[in-house]
Amino acid sequence: MTTLLGKDLLAMKDLKKETILHILDTAESFREVSKRDIKKVPSLRGKTVLNFFFESSTRTRTSFELAGKRLSADVINLSASGSSVSKGESLIDTAKSLEAMHPDIVIIRHGDSGAPALFAKHTEAHVVNAGDGCHEHPTQALLDLYTIRKHIKSFRGLQVAIVGDIAHSRVARSNIYGLKTLGAEVTVVGPKSLLPSEVLRFGVSVAHDLREGVRGKDIIMMLRIQKERLRLSPFPSLREYAMVYGLTREVLSDVGSKALILHPGPINRGIEIAADVADSVHSLITEQVESGVAVRMAVLYLLSMKGS
Amino acid sequence: MASFWKEDFLMALERLATAKDLNEYVKQAAKAVIAVAKTKKIALIGIQMRGVPLAERIGRLVESESDIAPALGKLDINFYRDDLSQVAQHPVLRKTEIPFSLDDQEVFLIDDVLYTGRTIRAALDAMVDFGRPARVSLLVLVDRGGRELPIQADWAALSRKVPKEKNIQVKLKECDGEDGIDLL
Repeated sequence: MTTLLGKDLLAMKDLKKETILHILDTAESFREVSKRDIKKVPSLRGKTVLNFFFESSTRTRTSFELAGKRLSADVINLSASGSSVSKGESLIDTAKSLEAMHPDIVIIRHGDSGAPALFAKHTEAHVVNAGDGCHEHPTQALLDLYTIRKHIKSFRGLQVAIVGDIAHSRVARSNIYGLKTLGAEVTVVGPKSLLPSEVLRFGVSVAHDLREGVRGKDIIMMLRIQKERLRLSPFPSLREYAMVYGLTREVLSDVGSKALILHPGPINRGIEIAADVADSVHSLITEQVESGVAVRMAVLYLLSMKGS
Repeated sequence: MASFWKEDFLMALERLATAKDLNEYVKQAAKAVIAVAKTKKIALIGIQMRGVPLAERIGRLVESESDIAPALGKLDINFYRDDLSQVAQHPVLRKTEIPFSLDDQEVFLIDDVLYTGRTIRAALDAMVDFGRPARVSLLVLVDRGGRELPIQADWAALSRKVPKEKNIQVKLKECDGEDGIDLL
């Protein structure tokens, strides 16, 4: 008998609506734990959690580390540079040698799409995808959905705009799948060079004009311009991008927007989002960060249940 | 509801307590709290799910019958269960709200039915994270025997040995629409 979550959490695309809602409900209970004096519950006591980050990340890695530790698990942080991966060991060999540690959960962030899925095939441990290439970042989408849910009545018919480098964004993909599964309607906004060529296959609307794209939306999700990920030059300069696609107070008031603003972080102030917008009352950016640990605790907790 | 179903159901059901009985038990529980409270610093912690409305009712009565105003907390023990790796389906998580320190408090743990004692063990574990109570007492409506751990109720309205196959169902207006205790 399989539980709601299955063995691994690799992608939002695989999650049914009831599963997503169950994760969000579970996260709500874990929020309270982080407010206590003693921020710990014994649910994962004695379990070994490996935090394997092939790509650098402070916030996601810390968030997962805290989540595991607050569940009383033994958390070990591994990074590619310090491991034999840098000596040329293949991913599958790495998975096999880590099995000797009998990890219960392995959390992986990797630069190649599909790496966590491949890893999952070669380990008995539960695998959590913490971001793979341009593919998916399910826990980010889950915490975004969790944050949004606190401020809306229903996802059904919710109008969402996702703005920026959709082509390279695993956060965008995960959010698109998650939002659509819950019944929201998504518009992606950006220059053609930053939208995937088959973007309509996601079942989203497309806008190349920022104001048109955010008009009438309940939620605006801004994506970071990932300077480290751009191999070709999709736009003439950061300054031009900021002028055309940067979310500023002016843009919002031009369309009479009362939308809530999200951003997965870290934000490039003055590029994709103006400082005053990021700090405004409509901005849920700080809440997103705060939700991260609770949502990740929920994921680790649910994966550890029998049958998954 | 088809009547044949209702009759089958009623044949298997024994009403152990009516709404009137249950409310009388709640009154007695409040009296027990007042009698046993050695200080004024008392806290009632209701164990989710039905322990919570019970604790609230007892709290209101204690406050009206004495000059003690008990602090009220709710506890969901799911994170402290000893059977997490055996629970095949996902248990429903409810709120834990203990917005005060348990240091030096006289705590009354309140639940509807005491059976194996594992829920209470989990509750005691949970409480350790909220402070160091001066004393913890256990108040239940029904003690049905069948203990698997050395745990006792300090006060029980009803004590009745119930075999494994049968079930005690406590109904409370706040969550079940009516008051009563049934044996199924």
